[in-house]
Amino acid sequence: MTSSTTNIEDAPLKKAWPQWWPYLAVLAFLILFPFLAGLTIGDPSAVEPGAGWLTAVAQRTESGYAKFWQGMLIQIFIWGIFALSYDLLLGFTGILSFGHAMFFGTGAYAVAILIDKHVSWPLGWALAAVILISLMQSIIFGVLSLRVKGVYLAMVTLAFAEMFFILSEAGDFRKYTGADDGLHGFPVPDYLSAADHRTRFYYLALIFFVIVFLAARRLVNSPPGRVMIATRDNEHRATTIGFDTFRYKLIAFVAAGVFAGLAGALSALYNVSITPALLSTDRTIDVLAMTIIGGVGTLVGPITGAVIVQLLGYWLERWFGSSWTLIYGIIFMLIVVFLPYGIIGTLRARSLRLKEGWGRWLKLLGIKSEGDAAFASHTEMDNGDQPPGQS
Amino acid sequence: MNNLLVIENIHTYIEQFHILEGVSLEVPQGSIVVLLGRNGAGKTTTLKSILGLRPPRQGKVIFEDREIQGMQPHLIAQLGIGYVPEHRAIFRDLTVEENLKIAERQKHDLDKRSDFIFNVFPDLKRLIKLPAGNLSGGQQQMLAIARALVPENSLLLIDEPSEGLAPVLIEEVMDAVRQLSARTTILLVEQNFSMASQLAERYFIIESGRSVKNGLMPDLIDDQETINAYLGAA
Repeated sequence: MTSSTTNIEDAPLKKAWPQWWPYLAVLAFLILFPFLAGLTIGDPSAVEPGAGWLTAVAQRTESGYAKFWQGMLIQIFIWGIFALSYDLLLGFTGILSFGHAMFFGTGAYAVAILIDKHVSWPLGWALAAVILISLMQSIIFGVLSLRVKGVYLAMVTLAFAEMFFILSEAGDFRKYTGADDGLHGFPVPDYLSAADHRTRFYYLALIFFVIVFLAARRLVNSPPGRVMIATRDNEHRATTIGFDTFRYKLIAFVAAGVFAGLAGALSALYNVSITPALLSTDRTIDVLAMTIIGGVGTLVGPITGAVIVQLLGYWLERWFGSSWTLIYGIIFMLIVVFLPYGIIGTLRARSLRLKEGWGRWLKLLGIKSEGDAAFASHTEMDNGDQPPGQS
Repeated sequence: MNNLLVIENIHTYIEQFHILEGVSLEVPQGSIVVLLGRNGAGKTTTLKSILGLRPPRQGKVIFEDREIQGMQPHLIAQLGIGYVPEHRAIFRDLTVEENLKIAERQKHDLDKRSDFIFNVFPDLKRLIKLPAGNLSGGQQQMLAIARALVPENSLLLIDEPSEGLAPVLIEEVMDAVRQLSARTTILLVEQNFSMASQLAERYFIIESGRSVKNGLMPDLIDDQETINAYLGAA
């Protein structure tokens, strides 16, 4: 870490209180959610006759739709952590990795293998090991892949991730990994079983989610975080100021790797099941989509993306059955066309440019020709250089 | 005279292209030296070779009596060489303050020099909390120069500060560069000959990647033949 600790963040902190209230409101809602859900959509028939008032609420939260929606939120927390970690790479440091599922999957496999019958570690040890493993994994693969940039980095990370995917499917380790079947029903401690104590798991996931969010926020607002943003803006410039940009990219890579590993471990514990699919490139594409939908480089955006993708997936599948991915694809395209900076990114830019969006949309459909004014005005925004002499 | 920076016959390649085919120059301590030449002569590449962004394959770069060619760029920068790249190179997504803060090499660098910096660039103080991307072209150029002033730099490399600026702003930038020269040594790359001639004490001309001529500025101003031969109509 750099020694140039600054007080950039000291000044805004004093007046930052008002801008915290939306976060606190959401947090309060999330904390109360199981009880609210229990009282409204919980199954009244799950309450044992003669139970006290508190017991009745507790039993209702563990039943029916209340239980189901807690599960949905747990998934959102897990994917939120994963997407958040990806945003540290793509959004804040400008690293396009196609191998992020590697960390998610390794975290899931590590915790499952370590608590399974062949190793039988206590859960706490297994989680500590997950952090250690993802730390080492991200340092090793960060050092190897951050030597190259852009598309090459995407290819290298893709190759590394495929390596782990193939490893997980290999028959040689069937005893530990279950090869292409994966592992199912490994002994997650009863006190944390998502099937029996969903509310408990809900709060565990919420705590992890809040901790990771605060840590990521702290990181991007810290001096090393500023250097990451500078590296994303222009790496040469950051170098000529005197920063070893490689080191800062590695910090981002490691932080992202550890957070993704934790998300993977939570996912394994929640589903009590792991398969090689967790390590596949599809997972990276999912998280990339969440990050883009929500807004790259915003932290809150990828979480919003995770919420939207999860809920969309659920509802679209209910309404359209197996062809839901087609609808999802169209919605994704519309979001990219009309909200080029993602939902949160566009909100922050405070300009929903519908006209430009239409221009891009028509061009995509081939109705409008190249070089259209509406399309050009957006590219101009990106390219930074203003017309000469403008002051 | 005591030279802060000496370049001896450097050869630099970009990919397979031989861009610099023998550039030499000296920058005496405390002076302003301008590097002149036509578009594509290799002026920017020379600066990048000094900084290690385009390490030379042959020749020497000597800074404060120490050979620095082949060192990593961020280590070269830490020796005390500030770089103001062309095209108003600021970090668009950081605020003005963050742009300056990030250049600190030691704690409180900015606090120590803020009086001087805001004296030279009063505008920046007013804009301190704005994202740098919102600044006008001239203000961005000021910020790019100011950023190089934050750490203790004994040499400033400034690439085409007048490029794309309105004449009024060129005056302002020239003023700023003149004020800086009281503190540090400056190697300036500049196409705008009238600006270069008013600022610099010595000049070096490169043509197609080779050093062709150097001397004192007043001599060049009278030497219409050289100006026509190497700099085109000035």
